[in-house]
Amino acid sequence: MGLVAWVAQNTSLVFCFFANISFDGAAFRLLFSRTRASKSYCHFAGLLLNSGAGTSFLRKGNQTFHVEERLKDVCRLGISDLSSLIARGGLSAVQAAETAIERAQSNQTELNAFVSIDEKGALARAEALDSLGVDARAGMKLFGVPIAVKDNICVKGGRTTCGSQMLQRFVSPFDATVVRNLTDAGAVIIGKTNLDEFAMGSSTETSCFGPTRNPHDTSRSCGGSSGGSAAAVASFCAPCALGTDTGGSIRQPASFCGVLGLKPTYGLVSRYGLVAFAPSFDQIGPITRDVKDAALLLSVLAGHDPLDATSVDRPVEEYSRLLDDDVAEIKVGVIGEHIEAEGLTPAVKSTMNDALKALQDIGASISQVSLPSLEYAVAIYYVLGTAETSSNMLRYDGVRYGHRASGFSDLADMYRKTRGEGFSREVKRRIILGTFVLSMGYYDAYYERAQRARTLVMRDFDIAFEGVDVLVGPTSPQQAFMIGEKVDDPLLMYLSDIFTIPANLAGLPAVSLPFGKDADGLPIGVQLIGKPFDEARMLRLANALMKRNCSS
Amino acid sequence: MGIEKTQVEYLASLARIELSEDELELFSGQLEKIVGYVEKLNELDLENVPPTSHTQNLKNVLREDTPKKGLTKDEALALAPDRQGDYFRVPRVIESD
Amino acid sequence: MVLQPVIGIEVHVQLLTESKVFCSCSTQFGAEPNSNTCPVCLGLPGVLPVLNKKVVELAVKAALALNCEITRRSQFARKNYFYPDLTKGFQITQFDLPIATNGYIDVDVSENGGEAKTKRIRINRLHIEEDSGKSLHGEALNVEGTSLIDFNRCGVPLVEIVTEPDIESPEQARQYLLKLKTIMQYCGISDCNMEEGSLRCDANISLRNEDGSLGTRCEIKNLNSFRFAKRAIEYEMRRQAEVLEAGEKVKQATYGFNAATGKTFMMRTKEESQDYRYFPEPDLVFLEVDDDRIEATRKMMPELPDAKRERLTKQYRIPKYDAMVLSTSQEIADYFEKCASLHPNGKAVSNWVMGSVLGLLKERNIGIADCPVSPTRLAELLNLVADGKISGKIAKDVFEQIVETGKSPEAIVSEQNLGTVSDESAIADIIREVADKRPDLVAKLQSGKLNVLGFFVGQVMKRTKGQADPQIVNQIIRKVLLKE
Repeated sequence: MGLVAWVAQNTSLVFCFFANISFDGAAFRLLFSRTRASKSYCHFAGLLLNSGAGTSFLRKGNQTFHVEERLKDVCRLGISDLSSLIARGGLSAVQAAETAIERAQSNQTELNAFVSIDEKGALARAEALDSLGVDARAGMKLFGVPIAVKDNICVKGGRTTCGSQMLQRFVSPFDATVVRNLTDAGAVIIGKTNLDEFAMGSSTETSCFGPTRNPHDTSRSCGGSSGGSAAAVASFCAPCALGTDTGGSIRQPASFCGVLGLKPTYGLVSRYGLVAFAPSFDQIGPITRDVKDAALLLSVLAGHDPLDATSVDRPVEEYSRLLDDDVAEIKVGVIGEHIEAEGLTPAVKSTMNDALKALQDIGASISQVSLPSLEYAVAIYYVLGTAETSSNMLRYDGVRYGHRASGFSDLADMYRKTRGEGFSREVKRRIILGTFVLSMGYYDAYYERAQRARTLVMRDFDIAFEGVDVLVGPTSPQQAFMIGEKVDDPLLMYLSDIFTIPANLAGLPAVSLPFGKDADGLPIGVQLIGKPFDEARMLRLANALMKRNCSS
Repeated sequence: MGIEKTQVEYLASLARIELSEDELELFSGQLEKIVGYVEKLNELDLENVPPTSHTQNLKNVLREDTPKKGLTKDEALALAPDRQGDYFRVPRVIESD
Repeated sequence: MVLQPVIGIEVHVQLLTESKVFCSCSTQFGAEPNSNTCPVCLGLPGVLPVLNKKVVELAVKAALALNCEITRRSQFARKNYFYPDLTKGFQITQFDLPIATNGYIDVDVSENGGEAKTKRIRINRLHIEEDSGKSLHGEALNVEGTSLIDFNRCGVPLVEIVTEPDIESPEQARQYLLKLKTIMQYCGISDCNMEEGSLRCDANISLRNEDGSLGTRCEIKNLNSFRFAKRAIEYEMRRQAEVLEAGEKVKQATYGFNAATGKTFMMRTKEESQDYRYFPEPDLVFLEVDDDRIEATRKMMPELPDAKRERLTKQYRIPKYDAMVLSTSQEIADYFEKCASLHPNGKAVSNWVMGSVLGLLKERNIGIADCPVSPTRLAELLNLVADGKISGKIAKDVFEQIVETGKSPEAIVSEQNLGTVSDESAIADIIREVADKRPDLVAKLQSGKLNVLGFFVGQVMKRTKGQADPQIVNQIIRKVLLKE
């Protein structure tokens, strides 16, 4: 059963409304009815999709429409449908933004998904969009679509805290390139989502604003570090969100929260304005509820950026265009080391079996591949990642911006106290480790060895991709763990990224699809890893796989 | 190898981070464990394997030498924890800092 | 006991670009504090560096000018340390793969007034890096206990040029710096303006032990004039020698130089030296320079000082020394060549340029571009002398007047009637007048005592107020009095 179906079944809403739909000048009066039956929700979405242009329901004065249901629905629509609905005047951008903000605010106490909700800014932006004429709206792929942005991505004028005391009051004077792309496409940023401090973590527990809770079970972790974004999308506070992924920080929380998380190929999406954690791994990517939304959002985010020297200069693809094409010729490789790994929970194992069966059902050819070096992925990642981190964190010194300690005796003391107070334990731990692996006498033994081992991982992927097009395996060895369960055991926490890290080491695109649930209803994700810049094919397979799952 | 407490102290001084006694204890234990795990890498024969620092083999990404106005000095200084006139202000710089 | 010093020099040269090395902020000197800044050079969260194309062009040019090997694939690295004027906590520089290595500069050094000898100073490496901001401190600024920081310089492009420890004396060090500066200026790589900090140097000094082994090395930082560099090295050599003579050991350390006292002072010892934790800069990609690029740059290179000196010597038949002086600056050499193209006697031109022209520039503290006497005017003046229209002595006065009035030498000469008296009959009349008064000397002359000729020449010169050409006067005396 797919996510959409699950959503429909688990929300006890039964509602009816009338809508006036004007299509090609003709007015229709349709009655939508929605019941617990999942099929009818799919039907509803399908109808919207089919009606396409000119949808104009939810008119003012339509007394039969129940406001509460409307609010919920806006955040349940696919973003392409929502965008065209708003662009064609079926709904105002202000209404959409209000809906999302209300949801975000009302869920905040329970989930703590947001660091800040920008009601004023979002409504002003939505109003500006509403005042645009038809011509100006054309070509804006996300017209009026509310979106949540992880709080390590700079949005001009508002706070960008990275979940750290160090930047608790920091206001960025510029927009990240992805934020510009979103804005140009007509998106409305409703707020900034919670994260592990500076994105260092796998549970969104190290934020100075407290943990974000899993919408499926609030005693459990939402994963991390993009936990706020995953929780926001899973709880319908926004139809989509941006996350960042350095070692799995988009995919693992997506898996824990039952949403889709896509980490693009390194260099596809600009990192300008993303507060660096480990620059040779970091990528920004979408968190959505289905593949179509992820594909659309990716086509907005992707593109060469002259402000990022590691951004690749290649034409932007329309990832949504060929999503429904045949997948029979796609060769899928099952990562032996991951599917047979120790420590997979039974539910993860059984979900993987379902996924492999679904792959067979849709006609993909499947073989098992071996990437022996993946055993070393976590070790490589924690050497290189912490090394880069230790350097990136040096700028937080209390001189130009951010926190400065009080009561210091001299400059050196100011540095030590500022950084001692401003960073939480996890960040300090990683800085110390990173300083160690780069320090005199240890560089060769640790940092350079890890760089060489990284080459082996890349080679293993190259070899694997000679025979197959897409790799498949679990996203995480387990379902969402309890809040507090691993936070005191860093190594255990680091090992929870074991399946997601390899794609970051090799800079490959990877996606976590919501695919199953355990007996307690906790979501389980399946990971696909593609060749460099082969997102289109990976997403096509993902789409077929999710559709198959939805209908089975 | 393990990481002694004194070594953690040294690393913290390089990184200019004040650590509490508790943190020093905690970190030296944890880092020992993590570094022990990382030593897995010693199993690999890496002699003839070149290091990778970038996954995309990009080269010569350059920009034109055209000046553009960045921030105004007020925008730049607006972020400062402490300032004096048009300058950022810090405790007196002494060489050994 | 005189111990041989072993000296190596590191120079930071600011590249002549419009914008900074990794962001688009202006490099203009003297802007209001913190007005040439942006999120990138301030090291704000989320920013990324992008390398300036012009920086690469100038660095390759510098490398070729210094006879370096260009690294085909170089890389940037982070040098991690804390300093308030460093915005990111690391400096982006090049470490194990600098853009160029293994170069050299030849310098001519004359020690203790002896004959100049050519000394080759090898260059170990040349790499690109970013400058840091500027900290101001001092009670004069009313900032007791605090330092104030201006980040305008932060991110200004530099190349660092490091020699091998080939330099054997403070004078060699000074000559190396002068030559390096000349080359950088010739190629338009840097203006090398030391007052504005666009050329700064550090020196490493050790003394060679009697057994030939190298002594402990000390570094002197931030020498901001060539004269200071020489004095600081001299002082440091004496200091180290005294330490050794006292039977103690030189401790490895970093020193500063106080120009007022002429002494070096310790900044930090080796024990306090930093662990910079260099590693490859992940935000920048490889920098590749291929053969085509190198050849294209080579074609654009101007004639370098050594080549120019050789050519000037041959082409204008001037002494090597003159050619060296004239080629210390491309503008001076151009001035000379322009003038020498209008006047055939190269040596006369070099004498005038090196004497009157350079003297004037020094006196007025101006560059040759602002010289009030153009090379054309100077050539006109020299042509008047060569044609015998004015004497050399008068020419000096005319030069002064060109400086004052800007008029052409011809105009000055004719207006003030300064032309040489070349009318033979007029001179003959004067000679006869003199002869009438001193028949005794006429008799002597006629008896073969040619040494009295001088008296008659002197008298004529006196009466013509120096405007007669003495050689012509001499001939006429012989004609009139000796009937030759």
